[in-house]
Amino acid sequence: MTQSAGLLIQLSHIKKRGVDDWLCLFLSGLMGLTVLLLLLIVAFLILEAWPAIHGDGWRQFLRSDGWYPLEGKLGLLPMFWASIAVGVGALLVALPFGLGSAVFIAYYAPKVIGKPFAGVITLLAGVPSVVFGLWGLTELVPLVNQWHPPGASLFTAIIVLAIMILPTISLTSYSALLALPTQLQLNSAALALSKKTMVVGVLIPAAWRGITVGVLLAIARALGETLAVLMVAGNVVQMPTGLFEPVRVLTANIALEMAYATDNHRAALFASGLMLMFVVFLIALGASKLSKKEMSPI
Amino acid sequence: MINRLFTLLIWGLASCVLFAFGWLMVDVLVQGVPMLSLDFLTSDPIRSGRAGGIYPIIVSTFLILGVALTIVLPIGLGSAIWLCEFSNKDSKIVSTIRLSLDVLAGVPSIVFGLFGYAFFCGFLELGFSILSGGLTLACMMLPILIRTTEAGLAAVPNEWRRAGAALGLSRTTLLWRVLIPYAAPAITAGLLLSIGRATAETAALIFTSGYVDRMPESLADSGRSLAVHIYDLSMNVVGGDKAAYGSALVLIMFIVSINLLANALSESWMQKRVSRQ
Amino acid sequence: MKQTPKISNTYTLGSVEQGAECCEPIPHFSIRDLAVSYNQKTVLSNVSLDVYKGCITALIGPSGCGKSSFLSTLNRLSDMVPGAKVTGTIEFEGQSTLANNYDVESLRTKVGMIFQNPNPFPLTIRKNLELPLRERGIKKKSVLESKITSALKEVGLWDEVKDRLNVSALSLSGGQQQRLCIARALVLEPSVLLMDEPCSALDPISSGVVEDMIRRLAGRYTIIIVTHNLAQARRLANYAAFFWMKERVGKLIEFGQCQPLFESPQHSLTAAYVSGERG
Ligand SMILES: Nc1ncnc2c1ncn2[C@@H]1O[C@H](COP(=O)(O)OP(=O)(O)O)[C@@H](O)[C@H]1O
Ligand SMILES: [Mg+2]
Repeated sequence: MTQSAGLLIQLSHIKKRGVDDWLCLFLSGLMGLTVLLLLLIVAFLILEAWPAIHGDGWRQFLRSDGWYPLEGKLGLLPMFWASIAVGVGALLVALPFGLGSAVFIAYYAPKVIGKPFAGVITLLAGVPSVVFGLWGLTELVPLVNQWHPPGASLFTAIIVLAIMILPTISLTSYSALLALPTQLQLNSAALALSKKTMVVGVLIPAAWRGITVGVLLAIARALGETLAVLMVAGNVVQMPTGLFEPVRVLTANIALEMAYATDNHRAALFASGLMLMFVVFLIALGASKLSKKEMSPI
Repeated sequence: MINRLFTLLIWGLASCVLFAFGWLMVDVLVQGVPMLSLDFLTSDPIRSGRAGGIYPIIVSTFLILGVALTIVLPIGLGSAIWLCEFSNKDSKIVSTIRLSLDVLAGVPSIVFGLFGYAFFCGFLELGFSILSGGLTLACMMLPILIRTTEAGLAAVPNEWRRAGAALGLSRTTLLWRVLIPYAAPAITAGLLLSIGRATAETAALIFTSGYVDRMPESLADSGRSLAVHIYDLSMNVVGGDKAAYGSALVLIMFIVSINLLANALSESWMQKRVSRQ
Repeated sequence: MKQTPKISNTYTLGSVEQGAECCEPIPHFSIRDLAVSYNQKTVLSNVSLDVYKGCITALIGPSGCGKSSFLSTLNRLSDMVPGAKVTGTIEFEGQSTLANNYDVESLRTKVGMIFQNPNPFPLTIRKNLELPLRERGIKKKSVLESKITSALKEVGLWDEVKDRLNVSALSLSGGQQQRLCIARALVLEPSVLLMDEPCSALDPISSGVVEDMIRRLAGRYTIIIVTHNLAQARRLANYAAFFWMKERVGKLIEFGQCQPLFESPQHSLTAAYVSGERG
C-alpha cells in the first residue's frame, strides 16, 4: 500500500512537472505574441510617419503658415493648440462637476439618492462617444447657434467632451474618497470641524493622489476623443482664438483626411498619431508613478 | 453659513450632472423609441439608412466583435496569467511590458485606426473588411483585457498560492481549480467592459471595417458597425437623424446591459471577498 | 478514548492515543550553517540543529528573528519568495534538500505546512481534501473517501462536518478552518508537519482544541511549531529552539530539550526571554 502510493506519487509527479512547464511555455508564447504586437504597432506607426519626421522634417509641423496639405504646408500647430484648448477646457468644466458629484455621493447624498446617482454616473460612463456626438450635433449645436453662430465651435466641443469625461473623474475620485480610513472622518468630527472644512480641508487633500490619477485618465481620454469632437467642433483649421469659433483637433484631422491622404500628407497624419501616443505615454507614466500600489502576488 | 452654501453648491453640481444626463437620455429615448420595432431590427436599411432597419449592421457588429474576441481572448487571458502567475515581478522586462500595456490602453482609438488602416487594410491587403476591423479592435482591446484580468488574478489572496505550494500542487492545478474559479467573476467583468468599449468604438473602425451597409457575405467583406452607422447617419445623411437615434438607442441598450452585467458580477465578487475576511 | 484510525506510513514511536514521549533521538532534519537572506540582506545565519523524528520541536523568539523564514526553508517554500536566498545544508531522509535537482514537490508532500491564518481553498470541505490527493493521481472514489474520513477524524473534525462535506470550507469557524487545513496536510500522509503560529489567529477555546489535537499527532509525525505562547511551547514540545536577533540578524541562541531549556537555560538571553515572558 505504502509502496504503491509512493510509486503513484512519483509517476504523477513526472507527468505534472511536464504540465507546469508546458503551461508556462505556452503562456509565455502568448505573452510573446502580445509583445510582438505592441512592438509591431509602434514600429509600423513610426515607419509610416518616417518620411515626415526624419532629419529635421518634423520642423515643418511647427511652421505657422497653416495646414494646406495639398500645397505641402503641414503646420500642425493650430490643431495642436485646438486639442489642448478643447482638452483643458473640458477638464476645467468637468472637474468641479466630477469632483462635486463624487463628494455628493460620498458625503452628502442620502442613501436612497446616492446609490441611484452613482448608478447614473456609471451609466453615463458607458454611453458611446458617438452618441454624445449625435446629441451634441442635433441638440447642442442648434442651441449654441442661436446664441453665437455658427454653433459648432470650441465651446460646444468643450461642453460635450466635459460631459464625456465627467464620469471618469467622478468615479475615480469617488473610489479615492471611499478608500480613505474612516478614522479621518471621526477625527475631523472630534475636532468639531464643519462638514465643509472637513471635505475641503481634510478629505479631498487626503485623497488627492486618486483624484489626480482620475484627472490624468480624463485628460488622456479628452485628448484622444475623436468623433464626438469632430461632430460638434466645426473642423475649421485655425488657432483657437475665440470660444465660439470652430476649431479642428488633431484626432479629428486624422479621421477627416486619412481616407485620401498620400505621401507626405499621410506621413504627417501618422506623425500626429505618434504625437498623441507620446502625450498619452507621458500621462500614463505620471499616473503609474502616482498610483504605485504594488499588487504583486507571492 | 458657508457650510450651508457649500452643501447647496454640492447639491447644485450634482443636479447639473443629473440634468445633463437626463437631457441626453430623454433625447435618445424620445427620438429613439418611436423608431424601435421588430421591423427596424430585422430589415435592411433603405436610402442610406434614412428608412428601413439595421439588420445587416447588427450582424456586422457582432461579426467584428466575434473576430476581435477570437483573437483577443486566448492571447489576452494567456498573457495576463503569465504576467500574474509565472513572470518574475522584479525583472525590468516585465515592468516595461506592464507600462507599455498601460500606455497602449490609453492610446486614442483613432491611432489604432491609423495602424489598422495601414497594416491590416494596406500592408496585409485585407482591404476594408470585417477581418481588418476585428483585428484592429483586437489590438485595442488587448491591453485593457490583459490589465483587468491581471488585476482580477492579483486580487486573489496569496495565502492560497502558498497553501497550494505547501501541498505540492502544481501551478496548473492551483490555477485551474482555485485561482481562476475564484477570479472568474472579476475576469468576466473585465471582459464584458472591454466588449462594451469595443462595441462603442467608432474611430478605429471607420477606416478598417468600412462603410458598406449591406449584408456582409464573408469576413473579407466590408461591414458597417452600429457605432459607425450612427456616425454616418448623423454626419453624412441628411434626414438620417431619426434612424440615428433609433440605432443609438439599440447601441446604448446593448452596452448598458453588458455594463450592468459586469457591475453585478464584480459586485458579487467583492461581496465574496469581503465575507471571506 | 476513541480509537484514532491507523494511518499507514507513519512513525510508531509512541502510543497512538497518547502521543509520544520522545524516544531515542534520530535526526529527521539535519540543518547545518543555514542562512537566509532577502535581497542580499541576511536575516538569519549560522543555524545548526537536528530535528528529531516523532518529536515536537518548538521555535520561540521575538517577532522578526527569522522563525518563519527558517520554517519555509524546510519545505523549500522559500523558493517562492522573490529575492530569497538560502545557503547551508539541510539533510532530510538522507538527502540534501537544498540541492538544485532535489524533487521539491515530493518534499512538500512529505513535509506538510500549516500557516498562521487558516487558508482553506474557496471550495467545499470535500474538495479541499480531495485536491491534493487527486494531484497525486488518486482518483478512486472509495480510496478518496476513506482517506478524507480518516484525516477528518484525526483532527477531530469528522463529527462536526460529516453532514456537510459539500458546503464551502469558508463557512467554517476559524478554529475549524485551521483543523481542516491540518487535515488537508495530513491526507498526503506526510512525515513532518511545519506549523507557523497555528493558534495565534484563533480564539482561546479553538486554540485549545487545536493544541490538544497537535498533542495527539505527536509521535506519529515530526512536528516543528513556531509559537509565541511560551506556556504552549512548554506544554507541547519535547525540544525547543530559541532564536534572537543580534545586530539585526537572526541567530539560533539555544537548542535543547524543552524542560531544561525553560528551567535552567544555558544562555542569559534565553533566561531573560523565558522569564520575561513568564512574569
Ligand atoms: N519576503 C520577504 N522579503 C524581505 N524581507 C523579509 C521577507 N520575509 C521576511 N522578511 C524579513 O526577514 C526577517 C525575519 O522575518 P520572519 O522570518 O517572518 O520572522 P518571524 O517569523 O520570526 O517573525 C524580518 O526582518 C522580515 O522583515
Ligand atoms: Mg513569523
